[in-house]
Amino acid sequence: MELANIEKLLEKYLNAETSIAEEKTLKKYFSSNQIAPHLVEYQTLFSYFTTSKSEKFTKTIQLKSKKRNWKWISVAATALLIVSVYTGYQKNQEYKAEKLYTETRDALGLLSANLNKGSNAIGQLQHFETTTNKVFKQPKSVKK
Amino acid sequence: MNESEFLKTVMPFKDKVFRVAKRLLISVEEAEDATQELLFKLWKNKSKLVEYNSVEAFAMTMTKNYCFDRLKSKQAANLKLVHSNYKENGISLQNKLELNDSVDIVHQLIENLPEQQKLIIQLRDIEEYEFDEIAKMLDMKPTAIRVSLSRARKTIKEQLLKQHKYGIS
Repeated sequence: MELANIEKLLEKYLNAETSIAEEKTLKKYFSSNQIAPHLVEYQTLFSYFTTSKSEKFTKTIQLKSKKRNWKWISVAATALLIVSVYTGYQKNQEYKAEKLYTETRDALGLLSANLNKGSNAIGQLQHFETTTNKVFKQPKSVKK
Repeated sequence: MNESEFLKTVMPFKDKVFRVAKRLLISVEEAEDATQELLFKLWKNKSKLVEYNSVEAFAMTMTKNYCFDRLKSKQAANLKLVHSNYKENGISLQNKLELNDSVDIVHQLIENLPEQQKLIIQLRDIEEYEFDEIAKMLDMKPTAIRVSLSRARKTIKEQLLKQHKYGIS
């Protein structure tokens, strides 16, 4: 390809007036080894275009939706949540009942202990009374 | 349209979709996600595809819209930071040394162009679409595309010349 022609094409290229075929000519020229020294800076540009075109999408195409999985995950999560809340509630009830039971047991224990103490005291009191009766009732009967 | 038929229509231009997405979104992962998403969207609308005379042009329009949407939503969030970091690097000496690597130089120059010009350069100079095809994809007049393309090419050429002279002196 003669140099004058390439220069003309470059001028057209910069004005965006080249056709696809002409641009291909340019790309071909700049991929060769015989480039006029004053046009060297264009080489990087056109070789960049050529190499860029070879880049590929390497991942496999997925046509199945990923969103459906989310739906099932959310259903499972909800079920799990309900079950855990329910068992948690159950456990909590049990714990509460147990606590209530121990509290009442302790309270009743305290009550009975005090009651025992009280009845002991009453026993003593009775004993005291019979002795006082012995002491003070005799003179009464003597008076009679 | 069944799965294998769909893949047959999609195969010839999936790489193009990926490259355009990468040009606009910069990161490879983002571009891969975008391509995946777009192909899936096409698959979901497969019944309508028959109505379009060029599925490829339709896919390109979708790619463009999708990427611009992504950029817009990202700009609101965190991409701004990334972008400003990038520009700052552009001035630094270290980056200038890196820029001497001939492929990076052009890549960076295109990256600095406005989105629209970036896209047009990609579609014309790399994917080699005709002007009226690009006009249909971008919903623009062919003349407007020529103007934009010429501007982009001239900007790149000037920058390249500058870099070249800088490299010599």
